[in-house]
Amino acid sequence: MSVETIENVRPLLREKALWARRETLKIHRIAPETRIASSLSAVEIFVTLYYGKILRYDSKDTQWEGRDRFIISKGHGAISFYPILADLGYFDPKELNRVCQEGTFLGGIPDSIIPGFETINGSLGHGPGVACGIALGLKRKRRNESVFVLVGDGELYEGSMWEAIMFAGEHHLDNLIMILDNNRVCMLDYCKRILDLEPLDEKFRVFRWDVRTVDGHDIEALFSALVELKGERNGRPKLLIADTIKGKGVKSLEIDSLSHIKSLKPAEIDKILEDLL
Amino acid sequence: MTTDTATIRDVFIEEIYRRMYNDDRIFFLSADFGSPKLDALRETFSDRFINVGIAEQNLINVATGLALEGFTVYAYAIAPFLTMRAYEQIRVNLSLHAQLKEINVNLIGVGAGLSYDVSGPTHHCLEDISIMRTLPNMEIFSPSDWVLAKEFVNYTLRVKRPKYLRFDGKPVSRIYKDSSEISFDTGFSELNRGDKICIVSTGYMTQRALSVIRRLESEGIHIGLIDVYLLKPFSGRKILDIIQSYSYVVTLEEGFTGKAGLDILISEILMKDRTRIQQISLGFNDTYVFDIGNREYLHKLKKLDEESIILQLKTLLREI
Repeated sequence: MSVETIENVRPLLREKALWARRETLKIHRIAPETRIASSLSAVEIFVTLYYGKILRYDSKDTQWEGRDRFIISKGHGAISFYPILADLGYFDPKELNRVCQEGTFLGGIPDSIIPGFETINGSLGHGPGVACGIALGLKRKRRNESVFVLVGDGELYEGSMWEAIMFAGEHHLDNLIMILDNNRVCMLDYCKRILDLEPLDEKFRVFRWDVRTVDGHDIEALFSALVELKGERNGRPKLLIADTIKGKGVKSLEIDSLSHIKSLKPAEIDKILEDLL
Repeated sequence: MTTDTATIRDVFIEEIYRRMYNDDRIFFLSADFGSPKLDALRETFSDRFINVGIAEQNLINVATGLALEGFTVYAYAIAPFLTMRAYEQIRVNLSLHAQLKEINVNLIGVGAGLSYDVSGPTHHCLEDISIMRTLPNMEIFSPSDWVLAKEFVNYTLRVKRPKYLRFDGKPVSRIYKDSSEISFDTGFSELNRGDKICIVSTGYMTQRALSVIRRLESEGIHIGLIDVYLLKPFSGRKILDIIQSYSYVVTLEEGFTGKAGLDILISEILMKDRTRIQQISLGFNDTYVFDIGNREYLHKLKKLDEESIILQLKTLLREI
């Protein structure tokens, strides 16, 4: 798999982003327990990584040594990744109709029982440390695969995050790329009103990380930033701050500081799906 | 039995160091915790020794990542901080994970029980057996001497599962002659055969139990002794076969009793089998130890010193 150019993949990324957003809403209709707002903010990130072929993967051999590792630390916000995995052949798309139902492996929060997920998710603040261990292990094995880790901004309140961030800088883990889904909303409020996390870029830079900031819903910006960051082996771990909107695509969620815990009613979802066309 | 003494962690680390020459899949991580024997290891294998800093949470998470890449990882820290500061990391990334994938992370906690006597209750480790035993997919090794620890190195390399190794912090006497006296299949050894009472102990308290039974032997009183070094998995059935010939079982541990420690392990097998064997649990009651003094002094306060145990056993014998 070689990295594509944006000209080649732009139409596909746009189409897939819209499709993934729709599929995510459909899953939410089946499983209202799922965290819809958190999942919608990360749609373009998942789409760009996979359909933009930034990540090397083999859906038929999930433990392929040559794959880039992808750790989804904000596991609750990865429902939008389910349809993508099914579409790429990780599992039967029919399973998407059974999310959170008896006997399926697709729960409200994904674990590595789902093909395509590497780790146990659900408890926040674990992904970056595990990703550091993987990145270090790859380096010692003299392998050049990259480790991507998707985190939420709310996770940055966990102390373990900063233990890992400090570690990655010190150990020059330039094969580690953290993508921050910076949707600025926690469970109960805007992060700014809880404990202000800003300035995030400066915080990471003093921990010896390279930092880029993009609009997390702009697939072109995401694509070019991710291609660049992946290619840059300069002794520094990379952070991509993807500024996103929690609940992106659903107006009622976009303006709600409590969107994290909101579920949409079936009729609302039908209306949104019509509008999204 | 010889009486040469050594510190368990030193013997264990020296053996790991030796193995690292021939096995480039071994990583040794420390949360800024050392040992005289660690110095050579960290110098020789600077690419596979990592001091993560005083950061037990990250110690576990980095160890997990390395294990996912196929490495055998030793994660080394002070026992109460390793098990309790990073408990949720252990639960999520080791215990949960190991149900789905092969994860060979060996948590080496130094300072079991009251090893760090004068450092006070933050450094005492009386909860670890209970809380680690609660975790599925976790194995627990609690050696009474350094020969056991040395022999256990092969096991850590062979059995690719998360394990908690609770090591005493102080030098301990040799109990075992060699591997012929040790079985990691059963996880315990019968060190003495007695008449009516059998002591079941683990870790440092087996050292204490040995001196107790030696003194009583000289008075013509024969007390049985079983040293349990694998607390999980636990060969309950096989231990029961031995203790069935006794009237009383006395469990002896440097941990809280009545929670989920060694005493409850034994209670469970006695209860399941509906035996008439009575049990007495010696250990620490539901209170932290703020008293200052060395281990011997603190044990006296808690009636776990040699004299107090002998007195309790003699009282018991009069009642039987």
